[in-house]
Amino acid sequence: MEKHLDDSQVDIRENERPLIEVKNLKQYFPVSDGFFRTKYVKAVDDVSFHIKKGETLGLVGESGCGKTTTGRSLLRLYEPTDGKIFYDGEDITHAGMMSYRRKMQIVFQDPYASLNPRMTIGDIVGEPIDIHKLVHSKKERSERIMEMLERVGLNSEHANRYPHEFSGGQRQRVGIARALAVDPEFIVCDEPVSALDVSIQAQIVNMFEELQEEMGLTYLFIAHDLSVVKHISNRIGVMYLGKLVELADSYELTFHSLHPYTRSLISAIPVPDPKVSRQRQRIVLEGDVPSPLDPPSGCRFRTRCPYADELCAREEPEFREVSKGHFAACHHLDRVQ
Amino acid sequence: MSDVLLDIKNLRLSFFTPAGEVKALNDVTFEMHEGDVLGIVGESGSGKSVTAYSIMGLVPFPGRIIGGTIDFNGHRINDMTEKEMREIRGNEVSIIFQDPMTSLNPVYTIGNQIREVILLHTDMNKEQANERALELLTLVGINEPEKRLKQYPHELSGGMRQRVMIAIALACEPKLLIADEPTTALDVTIQAQIIELMMELKEKINMSIIIITHDLGVVANMCDKIVVMYGGKIVETGTSDEIFYNPKHEYTKGLLRSVPNLNTKDHEKLVPIEGTPLDMLNPPAGCPFAPRCDKCMKICLREMPEYTKLSDTHECACWLLQKEAFEAAAGGEN
Repeated sequence: MEKHLDDSQVDIRENERPLIEVKNLKQYFPVSDGFFRTKYVKAVDDVSFHIKKGETLGLVGESGCGKTTTGRSLLRLYEPTDGKIFYDGEDITHAGMMSYRRKMQIVFQDPYASLNPRMTIGDIVGEPIDIHKLVHSKKERSERIMEMLERVGLNSEHANRYPHEFSGGQRQRVGIARALAVDPEFIVCDEPVSALDVSIQAQIVNMFEELQEEMGLTYLFIAHDLSVVKHISNRIGVMYLGKLVELADSYELTFHSLHPYTRSLISAIPVPDPKVSRQRQRIVLEGDVPSPLDPPSGCRFRTRCPYADELCAREEPEFREVSKGHFAACHHLDRVQ
Repeated sequence: MSDVLLDIKNLRLSFFTPAGEVKALNDVTFEMHEGDVLGIVGESGSGKSVTAYSIMGLVPFPGRIIGGTIDFNGHRINDMTEKEMREIRGNEVSIIFQDPMTSLNPVYTIGNQIREVILLHTDMNKEQANERALELLTLVGINEPEKRLKQYPHELSGGMRQRVMIAIALACEPKLLIADEPTTALDVTIQAQIIELMMELKEKINMSIIIITHDLGVVANMCDKIVVMYGGKIVETGTSDEIFYNPKHEYTKGLLRSVPNLNTKDHEKLVPIEGTPLDMLNPPAGCPFAPRCDKCMKICLREMPEYTKLSDTHECACWLLQKEAFEAAAGGEN
């Protein structure tokens, strides 16, 4: 499958209206500090991006950077604090979601926790079909469930079994079948493979790609593993402490990254190749991710950044387009080597 | 060649569950030398963690070692009483667990937990132990160690907690450190810090490390020697170059193929290993990987192959290699 489009194709795509558009999304969570005062965790702070139809946008970052919250706010599983979300040009920030839930679905990270242990696989997959009244008879319902199960590589015998009878990889397939049951256009994949063994991960990643081709799906693919995200995504956004720090075509991002955080993230990934990893110069970041309760002033990465100076502490860098389609937020892009 | 530090021979271990016997380890044999970094790779249920626990004498109920020997630094581990084992545990061999969130006691301070090990294994008094605890925290790169000694685990981040775990493990300068998925619960940038720290400390206090992981990237980085396990058996062992550049077992090959590579420029389809992980209650009679193997032959389902020696360090259990060897021998005679 051709993932990297040449320039002319990119232009055609850019004329299209994006399927998902997020503008200045903010998601704050109140936290009581025990003295009747409320502080806010700025889980997502002023994030803007769009996803084109048929495209996969990857979102990477470390735990607590707000990638999962972004995905959930986008589906209005949380009520966004501020900002706007558009689906196919329509503002859904405050709209009734029932009709949109048919078009927008999610696959969760943990296949052990996201399936009801007291429901059979058939009922789990059938539930969204019932809710949206997509079928008119029992026969039609069971046919549709079988079709979904077969689509994700399970078979009809599985419909009468319970989640505990399945392995992690199979459960994740059930989770995907449930998302597909309503014929969605857009799926948020929230770390769908990180709980699985390596040999099973590849099966599921391939399945996501095949389904995308067959059904013309659009994905927001959230993961902390950059090598998986790079594999499946057309474009990748990198988040740090609630902010997007870089966004670019996946090839561009892995080979010509600009932001110092992205660079250190890439260099920290262990490469399964002894010769390469022996020679490689690694940028090991000092320290930990600061608490999102009181993030550093100015640029949020400055406490761990080797290039940081006063300017970074004073002023927040603008998220700007450095070259065509390549965005980054840093004051010192010219100095980063 | 340096001395053999750990020698495991034909180790067999089973869990006697209500549903039946689960053979978690089946004739596991390997040895490691002083100063080695050994990686054990495998997926969940392959027996990699159980191997580590049996070296520590920490086989969880209802598991029992039912055969084989573990020799560590002149001790026969599986014959030792619990009392004797306590002398060694934490002193000569230490372990770091996967999840730093749950392996520290939440109601004691960090200082208390580090001192506990020192007071138990040495004849230092409380003050000396405190000095040593400070020294250890500095060694593992924790800033403001005085303050940290008085803090509780919940006040520290995941990476810091793992550093504290390492400090506790190293308190008595063990000969062998077992790290059971030490970085799986951590973020990549923190993972890089911890790996770097472990390699630095290895040089400083001259210990050996066994690292257990499912991440091939981590072992490529650190290990001299790698053991690949599947379904309670060792399927292949070799130096990291042998495993990565000349894998012989179909499982090892499949594992290497199924990892997406960050450095490939084009989009290639991943090659997964088909099928589902092994049901350990009803394992196949022959090679445990046979049901998922592309090149499975009839004999694979019936009998477990012998190890074929490919070099001094490289061994692999696969019928295909036996077949090749047989054909080569037959060809030579004609």
